[in-house]
Amino acid sequence: MSNEHSMRRVTAIRNGTVIDHIPQGHALTVLDMLGIDDKTSVPVSLVMNVPSKKMGAKDIIKVEDRELTQAELDRLALVAPDAHVAIIRAYTVAEKMIINLGDEVVNVVRCTMSNCITANPREPLPHRLKVTSRDPLELRCHYCGRTQNLDELVKNVL
Amino acid sequence: MSGLITMDDLTNEEILEILDDAERLLPVARGELYLPLLQGRILGNLFFEPSTRTRMSFETAMKRLGGDVVNLGDVKTSSVVKGETLFDTIQMVDGYTDIIAMRHPRQGAAQYAQDSARVPILNGGDGAGHHPTQTMLDLFTIRQAHGKLEGLKVILAGDLRYGRTVHSLSHALTRFDCELIFASPDLLRMPPEIVSDLQAHGATITETEDLYSMMNDADVVYMTRIQKERFSDEDEYAKVAGAYKLHTNHLSDVKANMIIMHPLPRVDEIHPSVDDTRHARYFEQAFNGVVARMALLCKLLGVSVPKDVKKSGSEL
Repeated sequence: MSNEHSMRRVTAIRNGTVIDHIPQGHALTVLDMLGIDDKTSVPVSLVMNVPSKKMGAKDIIKVEDRELTQAELDRLALVAPDAHVAIIRAYTVAEKMIINLGDEVVNVVRCTMSNCITANPREPLPHRLKVTSRDPLELRCHYCGRTQNLDELVKNVL
Repeated sequence: MSGLITMDDLTNEEILEILDDAERLLPVARGELYLPLLQGRILGNLFFEPSTRTRMSFETAMKRLGGDVVNLGDVKTSSVVKGETLFDTIQMVDGYTDIIAMRHPRQGAAQYAQDSARVPILNGGDGAGHHPTQTMLDLFTIRQAHGKLEGLKVILAGDLRYGRTVHSLSHALTRFDCELIFASPDLLRMPPEIVSDLQAHGATITETEDLYSMMNDADVVYMTRIQKERFSDEDEYAKVAGAYKLHTNHLSDVKANMIIMHPLPRVDEIHPSVDDTRHARYFEQAFNGVVARMALLCKLLGVSVPKDVKKSGSEL
């Protein structure tokens, strides 16, 4: 099944963001990471387990009337580092955004250790987590060294 | 190097160089020789948690080398009690001093301080995290006794979960290919992330609850206190308090040159009768805190320790 065919499973959007090539089964995590929940008022379409030549199967999300920011892309990079993000304006792709999971994520996720210096909200330095493994994902707090995996970090997004 | 936060900040070569410097500084640490290598320099002692040996040995080390020390003093009478952040405290002391030694109850505090400071930070303990200056004096003591660091069989016993000294020491010993035995009650096992880190670096590790049966072919037995202050539940502490009590009757079959170490203070982990045996090294170990910290202060302040200390210093 072609990519174009897959995309037609949901209606084309007029304005907004399309996130394609999300690893199969991770679409709900992506929504969590982007803070999209039952309080979100804009239409959101979600397709899971779509056949994909490149990935075998993938998930797709379309968010109407909302353009992802760089900070949101940084979050997305943790769950779906190879996802394709397109900004849609007037039914056409106005911009393709690059996702880049660097060696460190700053102010995206908080450390899980309750006794870490960063657990004091009054301290002004940023939350810094180093990417110590990409597959499976593992982050390590720059300050205290506590590690966390994908399941944990989803619950600790700032 | 900027500071010493974890043992990862030092290469093996640097560790050995610092131990060599410390060796040469022994007459200065003993007060036999005056060598003002750090004259005009000021150390800021920031101890946000109680400390006797670490704070005093830093102060002694600085003063023996002709430098001066300013102290944060009691946290209860400082601006910390008014709600000052660590960030602000560091900004202030950074301006007053040339180097800072700090201890803080939260993990990661030393790295956090280093990120916002101009001067080098010496981590004197961050929560249950790291205590690298203790590790340097521990390595000095081990090398003094065995003439080497490589390939020794070392037992770390007691509170391996909260004891920061053993976290830093186990990393360093792994780098010198020591065989490690972790003896602790199940509740106080070495944190799994540290064990997996060590194993990733090729460590040979045995974990056990049975300390005494492992002692006979050990080169070093490193005892630690159960860190009562880090337990939130008194009942949990009661389950493990007094887990190990080393007595002379445990020493009948150990190697003649095996040494017993302890970062002190001890509670009841080592019976006082052990103090008089040839194995006891914990008081020398505490003294070595001065000489190891002298060498570290010189290293971080970029001051070379002369090869011939006697020629450079003056007799007292």
